[in-house]
Parts: sequence; structure tokens; C-alpha cells
Amino acid sequence: MWYFLMSDAFTFGAFLISYGTIRFSVNHWADPNQVFNAFPFAGHANLPLAFVSLMTFILIFSSVTMVLAVHEGHKMNRKGVEKYMILTIIGGLAFLGCQAWEWTHMITGDHTVLVDGVLQTMGTTVTNNPWGVAADPGAITAALQKTPDANLAAIVHSLGHGGTADAHATLGRDQMISTIQAANLHVTTPGPIAFGGYFFGITGFHGFHVFSGVVINVIMYLKTKFGHFDQRGHYEMIEKAGLYWHFVDLVWVFVFLCFYLV
Amino acid sequence: MSSPHDLTKEVTFHPEHSSGTGRIWKVFGILSLLTIIELALGYLLYAKHGEWSYTPVISTKILIGVLTLAKAYYIVSYFMHLGDEIRNFIMTIIVPLALFIWFIIAFLADGESWKQLKNTDGHSRPVTEQAVPAANHGEKK
Repeated sequence: MWYFLMSDAFTFGAFLISYGTIRFSVNHWADPNQVFNAFPFAGHANLPLAFVSLMTFILIFSSVTMVLAVHEGHKMNRKGVEKYMILTIIGGLAFLGCQAWEWTHMITGDHTVLVDGVLQTMGTTVTNNPWGVAADPGAITAALQKTPDANLAAIVHSLGHGGTADAHATLGRDQMISTIQAANLHVTTPGPIAFGGYFFGITGFHGFHVFSGVVINVIMYLKTKFGHFDQRGHYEMIEKAGLYWHFVDLVWVFVFLCFYLV
Repeated sequence: MSSPHDLTKEVTFHPEHSSGTGRIWKVFGILSLLTIIELALGYLLYAKHGEWSYTPVISTKILIGVLTLAKAYYIVSYFMHLGDEIRNFIMTIIVPLALFIWFIIAFLADGESWKQLKNTDGHSRPVTEQAVPAANHGEKK
């Protein structure tokens, strides 16, 4: 198990170092405090780091319940192992749920970006990165006049006044432009495309590890439940599943560092 | 599947685990504390964004990195019980991973140098670089 984990550590390490190289090679990289500032049900509130801290604590705590499961396994206490395995599985699922929300929020995000002299709304995907440098105010004013109605409606919609984008389109061009100007939007130019690829690639690969960890934990829970380990006389397998689970937590510590903190 | 206990046991040193769960909670406390300090430093970077010069920003980031390594140490050593294994086994895991120290230095320096080359136009580029006609200067900030 340890040697498998070591090879996996090299895979993640290579990904993260590649990310670091590209990040160092461009003049402007996305500011994590700007990118990850949302929280479920908090609307447009600016809460940098809050949600990802929650995810981090969920994972650390599920690591603790996993150690406790291993600990109960040493004492041959089947009920204890079952209880802590369930808690660990719940922790893993909670983390995956958080990640699903975060990805959805980023992909469907509608940030106003200045592209080719017109404004458009953009989410963060593997081909789009709205997190570039702030656009020149003069260029924004000029771009507003050239921006098609559909884009203007989408930008007005992104201000969060409610209603659908189609409904905003009926406002009329001048009114949409004045609404957008009044909103004093922070308009950016597109950032390096690599950001989305690295973010979704690495957190996705980590999320896949979490998912497979949950599957392994469910299998271990069922084997415990059916008394396989009691028959065998030891809970060695729980310990191995635990190693994998802690490794997933360990990788998150570094992903958290590279993508969210610095 | 029902092989006897001795046959399925791995040949690793098996310590007597302390009966209490005190150490687990203590490590959890340390990990939480380290994470909270990291977050506090992260918020500090956010609050001082655009205010601080390069040196304090990079020092804070390095400090966060050191705290992350401390967290990694606690997870690997206590949660994964690597600290309880025999020394030679620990070394077979740790020594190959030490390669990362060089990887990180080399690749980040490479990225930095790539940026410098892209940002430097024909006028300020060192003479040796001008041997190739610089038709395409790359993007300038």
C-alpha cells in the first residue's frame, strides 16, 4: 500500500509542479481570494476562503473518524468500526457534495469580461478563464456601445436583480447600458486558459480519489458488517483502506495550499 | 479467504497501539490549529492585497507552505502511523519523495525564466538571446 501511495504522490506532485511552472511563467494569475469567494445560499456575498475551509475541515475530520475506526479495529470492536466507518463515509460524501457545488458555481458563473472589444459573461471552464487583469475603463465604455443586446441582457441578469435574461432584453438597449454603468462592475480581460484546465484537472483527479476512497470505505463497512474481519481474526484491511483515505486528505492539504491559499 | 491469521499478516513492525484515543484528538487539534493559522495568514494576504510589497507577500506564502508541510508530517506520521514503522521502511518512502525538493526548485525557476524571456523585447534582451532574429517578441505585458 505504501508503495502505491508513493507512486500516487508522484503523480499528484507532477501535476502540481506543472501547475506551478505555468503559473510562474505568466504575468498575471487568478487571485484565489477573488475566484473562490462564494458560499452556498450566501448570494453574492464576498466570503474568500470560507467554503474551502469548510471542505478542508470536513476532510480532516473524516480522517480522524478513519483513525478511530482503525483504532477500534485493533480492539476487535466491530460495532465501533462500523460506527466510525459510517462517519468517514458521510464525511467523504459531504466533501464530494461541496466540490460538486463549487464546480457548478464556477462553471455557471457569469463574470463580465472584455473580449475582442465587446463585453460578454463568462464562467470558469477548461477553455474560459474570466480572471484576467482589470480592463481599462475607457475600453469598457467603448465596448458597451458595441456589445450585442443578448450579451447586455446576460450582463444585466448577472447583476442578480432576479428575472430571466430574456426578460431583461425587453428593457431596451439604452436602459441596459445605463443599468450596467450604474452597477460599476469589475470588468476584467480573459486570463490564461491554463487556469481552468489545471484547476478542474487536479481537483477533479483528487475528487476521483475521494470518490474511490468512499467506494472502498463502503466495501470495508459492508465486510465489517458481515463479520468477515471477525472471521479472519484481524482488521488489517481497515488499516489499509485507512492509509488510502489519509493519503487523500494529505493530497488535499497540498491542493488547498497551491490553489486556494497562495 | 479463511487462511489463518499468521499467513495474511503483513511483515511490518506492529506496535502496541496506546489504548486511549487521546493522541488522535491531540493530532486533530494540532491539524485544526495549523489550518486556522494558515487561513488567518491567507486572510492577511487578502487584506493586504496590493498594499504589501513583494517580500512580505512571498514570506507569508512560504510560511503557509511550511505550515502545510507540518500538517503533512502530522498526517503521515500519526494518522498513517508511518512513524511507528521500522526505520528502513520509512527511508524507502521518504528518500524517493525527497526528489520533489529538486523538482520544485527546478521547475519553478524554469517557469520564471520562461516568463522573463517572454517579457523581454529585442531592446533589453541580452545579446546572446538576439542571435535568433526576434520576429515574434511574444506578448509584452
